[in-house]
Amino acid sequence: MSYRAILILLGLACAALFLASLLIGPSGISPLQGLSALISGEGAAGLVMRELRLPRAILGIGVGAALGLSGAAMQGFLRNPLAEPGLIGTSAGAALGAVIAIQTGLYAAFALALPFAALAGAGVAVALILILAGREGRALVLILAGIAVSALAAAATALVLNLAPSPYAAAEIVFWMMGSLADRSMTHVALALPFVILGAVILLRAGAGLDALSLGEDAAASMGISLKKLKLQIVFGTALMVGAATAVAGAIGFVGLVVPHLLRKSVGSRPSRLLPASALGGAAMLTLADIATRVIAPERDLKLGVLTALVGAPFFLSMIRKMGREG
Amino acid sequence: MLELQDLSVLRGECPVVDGVTAQVGPGELIGLIGPNGAGKTTLMRGALGLIAHRGASSLAARDPVARAKLAAWLPQAREIAWGLSVAELVALGRLPHGRDQNTVGAAAVEEALRRMGLESYRERTATHLSGGEQARVLIARALAQQSPLILADEPIAGLDPAAQIATMEVFAAHAQAGGAVVTSLHDLGLAARHCTRLWVMDRGRLVADGKPEEVLTEQLLAEVFHIRAHFKITPEGPVFQPLSTLGL
Repeated sequence: MSYRAILILLGLACAALFLASLLIGPSGISPLQGLSALISGEGAAGLVMRELRLPRAILGIGVGAALGLSGAAMQGFLRNPLAEPGLIGTSAGAALGAVIAIQTGLYAAFALALPFAALAGAGVAVALILILAGREGRALVLILAGIAVSALAAAATALVLNLAPSPYAAAEIVFWMMGSLADRSMTHVALALPFVILGAVILLRAGAGLDALSLGEDAAASMGISLKKLKLQIVFGTALMVGAATAVAGAIGFVGLVVPHLLRKSVGSRPSRLLPASALGGAAMLTLADIATRVIAPERDLKLGVLTALVGAPFFLSMIRKMGREG
Repeated sequence: MLELQDLSVLRGECPVVDGVTAQVGPGELIGLIGPNGAGKTTLMRGALGLIAHRGASSLAARDPVARAKLAAWLPQAREIAWGLSVAELVALGRLPHGRDQNTVGAAAVEEALRRMGLESYRERTATHLSGGEQARVLIARALAQQSPLILADEPIAGLDPAAQIATMEVFAAHAQAGGAVVTSLHDLGLAARHCTRLWVMDRGRLVADGKPEEVLTEQLLAEVFHIRAHFKITPEGPVFQPLSTLGL
C-alpha cells in the first residue's frame, strides 16, 4: 500500500471514529436523533450532543494526535523506539500543576484553573529541561534531564497527595491523574486546541531534520541541519502538545509509545513519514479507546488512562521481548 | 575548493589540531594519513565547522546548507538508526537540496547506487546488511549529495580488498570529474597507489604535504609511523609494503 493510501485510510478511520464517538453514549439518543440535535442544538438531546459529546469527540482526536505525533517525534529525535513523549518531563510537570490546582481549591472556585495550572507546570518543566540540558547539550543529556525533572515532579505530586486535606481531595487527585475525556466542555477544547495545533506545526516541520539524524548527529550537522534548532523544535513542539493534552485529559500513557511502533511496519521507519501518520494513528487509537471506556463499563466511569495502560503495557512487554530475541 | 589558514582545534588547553594551513583544488584525491590520535578526524571536522576552532576554513565560514552543497562529510561512526531501505538511506543525501526527489534527486540517487555497485540492494533494509555493505551504502549517501568536495573519515576500514580498491577508484573518478576528495586512511599502500597527494599528520601538525613518492620517505616513515617499509615505483604503479616496527 502506498504512503498516500495509508494516510487516507487513517484519515477515514479518524473521521469514522469521530462520528462513532459522537453517537455512542449512555443517554440512549438514537444516531439520527443525535445528529439532528447536534445541528439544531435544541432540547436535552441538543445539550448532550453539543455540551458533552462534541467536546469529548474533538478532544479524543486532538489529544490522540498530540500523543501520537509527539511520540513519533521523540522516538525520531532520540533514535530509540522505546522513547515516549512524557520522557522530557512535561506530562509530569503538567500533572503536578493540575494536582496543585485541585489541592489548593483553586479548581473548585474556577474550573479552568486546573488546565491553566497544568500548562504552567508543563512550562516550568520545559524551562528546567532547557536549563539542565543546555542549548548545546546532546540527546543523552536531554533524556537524563527529563528523567530528573519527571522524578522531581512525581515527588512533589506525592507530597501534595500526602498533605491532602481530606480523603475526598486525595481521591479526586488520584482519579484526575488516571486520565479521562469525560465531562469536558468546549472551553477545554478552546484552551487545548491552539497549543496542540501550534505544537503540531512545529513538529511536522522537523521531519527532514529527524530523517538526517538517523545517520547520527555529525552526519546530520554536515547535511545542513542545525542540531540546536532541531532540539528546540522537538522540546517546544512536544511540550506544547503534551502539556495541553495532559492539562485537559490527565496523564494518558502508552499511546505515544505504541502508535509509531505499530505504524513503522506499514509506513516504514523514515521519521518524516512517520510523523503525520502517527498523528492520525494516535487520534484514531485514542478515540477508539475512549469509545471503549463507554461501551465496556457504561455505569462505572472506566478511566481512559487506565484502559490505555491495560492494553499498552502488555503490548510494550511483547515489543521488548521481540527486541530481546532479535538482539 | 577548501582553504585552511592556520586552523587549530583545542581540547581544553591542549591543541588537537595545531596551526594547519593547506589547500584542496579540483581534481585532487588527498590521503590524510598519520598514526592514531594524530588529529585527522578533528582536522576534517574543524575544516567543516562541526567543532569550535581557531583560524580560518573556507567551508566553516559558510551557512550550513550552503556548506553541505559544497562538501559532503562521511563520519567514521557508521550510524544507521532505523530500518530504512537502502534507496531511502541514499536519498537522505539529497536533503541539502530541498525537495527534488522526483527530478534531479532521483537521478543522483541512482547514479550513487550504481557507482557503489548497490543497484540490486535498493529495497534491502540497511540495518540488516553486513558492516561492509552498510559502509558502501553510507558512501553512496555521500555521493548522492553531489557536493564537489567529499571529506571521508576512514571510509574503507572494515571493507574487503575488492571493496577497498573499488571505493578508492570511485573517489578517484569523483576527483577526475572535477571534484575533490580528502580521505583519512591507515592503509599506506592504497594511499600511495590511489591518492594524488598525501597529507601527513603527527601530533596535531601537518608535517608533510606532497605527492606520495615525495612524502613516504624512509625518514618520515621512521619518525611519524615508527615503521620500516619497502616503497617501489613499479610498472603497475607504486607498491608499498610495511616490513617491521622500529619500536614505539
